[in-house]
Amino acid sequence: MTDHATTAHSSLPGAAHSESALAARSRMKTGHFRWKALIPALYIVFLLLPIYWLVNMSFKTNQEILGGLTLIPTNPTLHNYRVIFTDASWYMGYVNSIIYVVMNMAISVAVALPAAYAFSRYRFLGDKHLFFWLLTNRMAPPAVFALPFFQLYSAFGLIDTHIAVALAHCLFNVPLAVWILEGFMSGVPKEIDETAYIDGYSFPKFFFKIFMPLIASGIGVAAFFCFMFSWVELLIARTLTVTDAKPISAIMTRTVSASGLDWGVLAAAGALTIIPGAIVIWFVRNYIAKGFALGRV
Amino acid sequence: MEKTLNNKAWFFVLPVLLLVAFSAVVPLMTVVNYSVQDSFGNNQFFWYGADWFREVLTSERFHDALIRNLIFSAIILAIEVPLGILVALAMPKKGIFVPVCLVLMALPLLIPWNVVGTIWQVFARTDIGLLGYTIDALGIDYNYVRYPLDAWVTVIVMDVWHWTSLVVLLCYAGLVSIPDAYYQAAKIDGASRWAVFRYIQLPKMGRVLLIAVLLRFMDSFMIYTEPFVVTGGGPGNSTTFLSIDLVKLAIGQFNLGEAAAMSLIYFLIVLLLSWVFYTVMTNAGTDKPLKGGAE
Repeated sequence: MTDHATTAHSSLPGAAHSESALAARSRMKTGHFRWKALIPALYIVFLLLPIYWLVNMSFKTNQEILGGLTLIPTNPTLHNYRVIFTDASWYMGYVNSIIYVVMNMAISVAVALPAAYAFSRYRFLGDKHLFFWLLTNRMAPPAVFALPFFQLYSAFGLIDTHIAVALAHCLFNVPLAVWILEGFMSGVPKEIDETAYIDGYSFPKFFFKIFMPLIASGIGVAAFFCFMFSWVELLIARTLTVTDAKPISAIMTRTVSASGLDWGVLAAAGALTIIPGAIVIWFVRNYIAKGFALGRV
Repeated sequence: MEKTLNNKAWFFVLPVLLLVAFSAVVPLMTVVNYSVQDSFGNNQFFWYGADWFREVLTSERFHDALIRNLIFSAIILAIEVPLGILVALAMPKKGIFVPVCLVLMALPLLIPWNVVGTIWQVFARTDIGLLGYTIDALGIDYNYVRYPLDAWVTVIVMDVWHWTSLVVLLCYAGLVSIPDAYYQAAKIDGASRWAVFRYIQLPKMGRVLLIAVLLRFMDSFMIYTEPFVVTGGGPGNSTTFLSIDLVKLAIGQFNLGEAAAMSLIYFLIVLLLSWVFYTVMTNAGTDKPLKGGAE
């Protein structure tokens, strides 16, 4: 998108006499720079304060947390993190979450790729209805599905397995992946397909060798969004698991109700759930908006 | 793009169809099944007709939850959309701060929803939370566990914290797609800051803004985890939104028939909204070539 902006700029017809206008513009920019930068800065402070508070708490002992308000831990301790990394019932929560999130990501993207290709290239019987129906699943309230899911997966004996959660999350992630990929694929001109066929490529060879590299960023964004929505979801993941596949976020809620007062460990567990997200955001930072708009910004 | 008619494309769609049918249609059929039956326990079911639907539609409890949820969504939109536009307008267009801003702003979106709840539950407590403590120190009697108004304020501020970045990111993507030439033309015409916003930036953001509004409306309409963790739907029923009410009914009271009927009504409302969303998404592409910029 920025490329477009620069091209439009350089090909501007009035570029020759716009020097003074440009100067005025840049003057305006510097003049307004300070108050303008204040808004995003304040907004980011607002976003980071609660996170800072959580991280701050995770380095405190429970006595200090309950003893009074301290902005910086007076006796920084790693005790809370040690509890999590030495107790299998804690750290397995992270392992479980990662397992089903990755499974879901792989399944969603794998089945969505051919479907998105079909939607972006062909008209077929009922295509529009199908596309709409997929979207309704992305918009379906998880609360509606929690109980029927439990019964369905009980019937198949899949309760408390990673695959159950991964499959259940496909409900909203597969439609999402199809929509995002379709958006990206529609940006690839159809002539490329046709040229490849004329050059004698078979369909699988064309798809894997030529087409997939072209929409690599789209696949990345779709995978990221599957990761994201599977990672943040709790209601269904909690309903379908008992102990062996319990996600970290559900283990956290259990601990709150059981011991009630171990704020330090709770804060440490929460702080650790932020890390995977923070890492993957970096890779897709320029595409996040496009993903939320389902590939259509 | 011109598409060829090819019904064999169905084979490409088949895996998705089977998978989503398994995880959507089968459970939905279960819900439909429950919604027309009643049970005395022991898995003994008998036909109940449309009575559950009548019961839900006339129940005060459902009306209250629906109204509460609509008010909540309206407040969320009224705050998050203008705030998101404001932040997006003020964000730098290029330079090292752009990726930094984007990543920091996207951070709340990637936090598991119940951790978001936990963060705010702690942050707003008057004894150990920074926010609650500060408000308390200012002499305001604040307690989100006891006072409905405080619970509402907490839940709304939490949602603003959680989701405003979505609006910011979408608007920002719309803004950077505006060619510089537009601004220069406006400059030459001597357009005011407001005119630039009203006649250049707002129309160019229109589509992404619409997507943002619809997404925020739908997601706030089915919010469950965050308010549940913070307030548990209380005090009383003051923050019991539709999803929380539904889970209470289905799993708390195990009133399957009524819960199923409520699910279907709930789902129909969402279906209607999705249709609006779909129309926007698929029709808005037509004005693209004229405006250039995007894509």
